[in-house]
Amino acid sequence: MSNESVDSELVKRITANPKYQELVIRRSCFAWILSVVMLIIYYSFIVIVAFWPKSLGTKISPDSVISVGIPFGVFIILSAFLLTGIYVRRANSKYDALISDIKEELK
Amino acid sequence: MNQLTGALLSLPVALWGSAAWAAEPGKADAGLNITAIVMFFIFVVVTLGITYWAASRTKSTKDFYAAGGGITGFQNGLAIAGDYMSAASFLGISAMVFAKGYDGLIYSIGFLVGWPVILFLMAEQLRNLGRYTFADIVSFRLSQVPIRTLSAMGTLCTVILYLIAQMVGAGQLIKTLFGLPYEYAVIVVGVLMVLYVAFGGMIATTWVQIIKAVLLLTGASFIALVALNHTGFNLELFFKTAMESIKTSALADHKKVVADNKDIFAPGGLVSDPVSAISLGLALMFGTAGLPHILMRFFTVPNAKEARKSVFYATGFIGYFYILTFIIGFGAVMMVAPNPQYMDTAKGVLAGGNNMAAIHLAHATGGDLFLGFISAVAFATILAVVSGLTLAGASAVSHDLFANAICGGKVNEATEMKVSKISALVIGMIAIWLGIQFEKQNVAFMVGLAFAIAASANFPILFLSIHWKGLTTRGAMIGGSLGLITTVVMVVLSKTVWVDVLGNKAPLFPYKDPAIFSMTLAFVGCWIFSKLDFSEQAKIERARFDAQQVRCEVGIGINEASKH
Repeated sequence: MSNESVDSELVKRITANPKYQELVIRRSCFAWILSVVMLIIYYSFIVIVAFWPKSLGTKISPDSVISVGIPFGVFIILSAFLLTGIYVRRANSKYDALISDIKEELK
Repeated sequence: MNQLTGALLSLPVALWGSAAWAAEPGKADAGLNITAIVMFFIFVVVTLGITYWAASRTKSTKDFYAAGGGITGFQNGLAIAGDYMSAASFLGISAMVFAKGYDGLIYSIGFLVGWPVILFLMAEQLRNLGRYTFADIVSFRLSQVPIRTLSAMGTLCTVILYLIAQMVGAGQLIKTLFGLPYEYAVIVVGVLMVLYVAFGGMIATTWVQIIKAVLLLTGASFIALVALNHTGFNLELFFKTAMESIKTSALADHKKVVADNKDIFAPGGLVSDPVSAISLGLALMFGTAGLPHILMRFFTVPNAKEARKSVFYATGFIGYFYILTFIIGFGAVMMVAPNPQYMDTAKGVLAGGNNMAAIHLAHATGGDLFLGFISAVAFATILAVVSGLTLAGASAVSHDLFANAICGGKVNEATEMKVSKISALVIGMIAIWLGIQFEKQNVAFMVGLAFAIAASANFPILFLSIHWKGLTTRGAMIGGSLGLITTVVMVVLSKTVWVDVLGNKAPLFPYKDPAIFSMTLAFVGCWIFSKLDFSEQAKIERARFDAQQVRCEVGIGINEASKH
């Protein structure tokens, strides 16, 4: 079984390392916050579609044919991309540095 | 997505498309067939060449299932996009925007927003814990035999349903575009996908997906740019011209929009009630995170860093693609609908069906040559998706069922690969057979069902096994099975199958999309039966969580595991 490849002595040493605890807490906090942001953006859209579909048809200005629904939709698509960018940037710098510290200390 | 596939599958069964082209005076017909077939032939030759090269590099199971783990984040991002952007999204969503306006965008958004969540909560964990299939992760600390059997069932159900929908759609599309008989088209698709997978494994599949993604993004960008250029890149004028053109359109859907005085820039009748809207939203978002052929792509990169980069690129490509389909849909309203050349006025649909909106727009923007190119791209698109599906199905049989559940992990690599190749062949034959059987059937519900199963059976056990220490084998088995069974039962009793396929009068289950109920049941089932599990085995499984988390977070041990 694959889990035997990480032996229990090593697991104890790593879990006792404050940097590991910091990594776990900070990464999972950040990941959950971003997930919740994405869920809120998306489900506010779905709830509007479900309950007030007409409101998305409001024109962006009186003499325009473009509805607010179009920029809102494009905003959701862009926000999905931006959120992934924010996470990758943070993970590449902060979390990877912590991980390499943890690995370094094992040597 | 039911409507999506519905749109794709509503392509006329007769050779109406070609007939309509032939009716055009002059060169359109000959141009369509010859350029399209030549370009498709080039694609096939190139991809078979790649398969030949990939076969020489496929020596171990790691090469076969995971391309040796040597794909970069950028390459994998493109391959994920190629795996995910199906012909149903390209033709179906642009057709939906073309016919109904804003509603198409609701689907695009749903298909996209699963990606950030995959990144935040799953991508790196998948890479650090798994080797070849998502069952590797679920069974990391849970009991191998039952968990792998359940995961393989979830995988095979998703793969077969998705595959049938793709095969039937492919057969009808190719029949319309190339004038090839339906059976031949299905057989060509089936044979090619088996060749790619059985000989080239993940290496060939990856490159087929990358090439297809580049072709599709290039082609769609060109169509959208020319359409935007039509109004001098003035968006206001672009949408205004589209709105004007609907008023005089001969299309039945457009006449209905005008008659009902509907706003094409606001949500229409596609999502009828709040429960369906939310349920659909859940299935689209979390279904993506439970599709086995998508999850499998995360094992092809060397480490967690590349895994997260691949989702970043994939989200960018897929998001860009969906913005393009929106522009293409309205571009078709503006440039295709007013042109009688593209209309089947008698039926009030586009020549070849409304799903041809993007294809006709390709002709309107780039002439015969470009039309041939886009037709070939549509074919390539189908091939890339079905190859990914076949490989995922074959891996579930050889890696989960055969090597681990039946042989207890004690099997040599050569045998496991042989089983996988035979499985790919068998899955290919089943897909061809079912594709031909279902030609005249309404298979629109199948993609929807595949997404719902992925969201209600695969996703809950995968997600909980990573994030919840308390999950035990018993909880996962009961919760996962509940999700799988209730999804299938609810879809069978819903309008899409009970009324539309089986011909009963009224549906026994009132909603089209079961995800809100089946996902809840799966999660609650996993939770209750894990909590009530006081066995010795459960204690051991919970105790193993720390080791799993260490590997998950730090990635220690992934190299050793890959060498097994």
